[in-house]
Amino acid sequence: MLWNAFLLALREVRRNVMRSFLTILGIVIGVAAVITMVTLGNGATAKVTEQISSLGTNLLELRPGQGHRGPGGTRSTADMFEIDDVQAIDREISGLAAVAPVAGQSSQVIYGNKNWSTTVTGSSNAYLKVRNWTLDIGREFTEGELRSGKAVCILGNTVRKELFSGQDPLDVTIRLEKLSCKVIGVFKSKGQSSFGMDQDDFVLVPLRMLQRRIAGNTDVSAISISARDGISTQKIEQDIERLMRERRRILPGKDDDFHVRNMEELVSILTGTTKVLTGLLGAVAAVSLLVGGIGIMNIMLVSVTERTREIGIRMAIGAMEREVLMQFLVEAVVLSSFGGLFGIALALAASVWLAAILQVPFIFNPGIVGVAFLFSAAVGVIFGFFPAQKAARLDPIDALRYE
Amino acid sequence: MNPRVSGITTVLTARPLIELKDVSKVYGQGHAAMKALRGVDLRIDEGEFVAVMGPSGSGKSTCMNILGCLDTPTNGSYLFKGVEAENLSRNQRALLRRHYLGFVFQGYNLLNRTSALENVELPLIYRGMPAGERQARARKSLEAVGLKGWETHTPGELSGGQQQRVAIARAIVTEPAVLLADEPTGNLDSARSREIMELLRALNHKQSISIVMVTHELDMAAYATRIVRFMDGRIETDEQNGEAD
Repeated sequence: MLWNAFLLALREVRRNVMRSFLTILGIVIGVAAVITMVTLGNGATAKVTEQISSLGTNLLELRPGQGHRGPGGTRSTADMFEIDDVQAIDREISGLAAVAPVAGQSSQVIYGNKNWSTTVTGSSNAYLKVRNWTLDIGREFTEGELRSGKAVCILGNTVRKELFSGQDPLDVTIRLEKLSCKVIGVFKSKGQSSFGMDQDDFVLVPLRMLQRRIAGNTDVSAISISARDGISTQKIEQDIERLMRERRRILPGKDDDFHVRNMEELVSILTGTTKVLTGLLGAVAAVSLLVGGIGIMNIMLVSVTERTREIGIRMAIGAMEREVLMQFLVEAVVLSSFGGLFGIALALAASVWLAAILQVPFIFNPGIVGVAFLFSAAVGVIFGFFPAQKAARLDPIDALRYE
Repeated sequence: MNPRVSGITTVLTARPLIELKDVSKVYGQGHAAMKALRGVDLRIDEGEFVAVMGPSGSGKSTCMNILGCLDTPTNGSYLFKGVEAENLSRNQRALLRRHYLGFVFQGYNLLNRTSALENVELPLIYRGMPAGERQARARKSLEAVGLKGWETHTPGELSGGQQQRVAIARAIVTEPAVLLADEPTGNLDSARSREIMELLRALNHKQSISIVMVTHELDMAAYATRIVRFMDGRIETDEQNGEAD
């Protein structure tokens, strides 16, 4: 019976190709809009997430605060950290993968007749782990180099390109300002960050070397910490706050003079924003699906009136109420499902094209395609029911007399 | 039913197919009430060919609607093959029509833009018959009404007489217990009308299909074996037709 109703519906659609097309246009546009919006939104979310996670996902960063504005507008900067703080965190806080001190100074790097202005970052091997850096060539620092602050460095890819342009930089001595420094490695490129900064534009040296020979102090300007997989960064954040308040002797009730930035938070804020936007756009698009459904109901009602006599004939021949109902319902569902299929095809074409234009990755999401299709079929059931019921309740005698 | 068993034999072994007992039908209520039937008793046996006559408003159409299970009587009982049919639900009546009744209308009532074959197949679809058997039977039925070779034509491409033949083929394809024809020749010229009547008489004779036919024309009623006349919601006369056969 259902199969017959389906065949019958197909014949009815074929009989009125133009009208059927116009009927489903609303559904086509609705489905296409929903899928396109959600697909592009997912692409944008994925792009943001990917960019941020290249910084290291379970990353926490501890920085000294700006201190408080004094009465006369003078500003006391909070104290920098010391290497002791780094060791204390490493020792006393559990669940950490790596802790890296960070100190930095902008500097000229010179090789031969080329020079380049960049940032010299002082840290340890933990820095590679925390910030997700891998070596393209060469090696990490040795324990001895770190302890004695030896003049060795690992180059970011941009610096390598600017100074060496194709030449092998290993074991070559470059100059940081006036200081000679041997190149022991080059990092693999990470490209631009989501904030548009060139992440490859830096030179990494042992912290001790930066402090002693370039900065001339023992400051650690930030501490980068990465949590072990599966450990909540929020918990670690709280632990670190407690430890640092203790070490910096901040009385209860007073504000922290440092802050901990949690990358996971940043990721969730940014992806949360794009997800909300995606949902919003999808919801707006879904309204057009509803309008498309009303279009189907309209045409089905006209169709029932037009075919009153046919319904009468079918009933006289022995069609039961539910069989007539089923016929018109199936017809509505077939129409709206066709609309759904066309909409999906249109959406995929539009998504691929728009993703290329907007430079977001095209992520095929079978879930939303399935949901949109089911939704379009459901629209057929919901908006087809009323006209179908009207058809089924016709009195066969009246229907046969209908002119 | 055995085709040889006809005419006299049926009279001898007459089994009631349809029995109306004191059937009345009232449309509307109170002062606006209109009595379409006022106590009709009618018995039609298997194998009969009954012509129902009477002026407009005499109740013959109402009677036909009740016989066809398209409508229910207000009072009285309706036995179809000995089974009480007056209190059947809408769906039960639909099933009874599906399995025992065939309809032929004045206006043919075929589905437009649908081939003759598909029109004839329609009642078999509701019986859930597989497509192959369905088509074979529909072809046979079309052949029986003399429309072999016209299977793919749509009603728009057929003459009135041919359309009525398709309608008859559709009515008999299910081998119904009774064929109900409502002015089947009302829209046809006299030559076409006679052809249709010959066809109905042949079906009655050769296939022992019982027929109840409403008509205005005496010429057409003459083909029946029995003529029932309605007047003001009652049966006025009910007589065997000696002229037939």
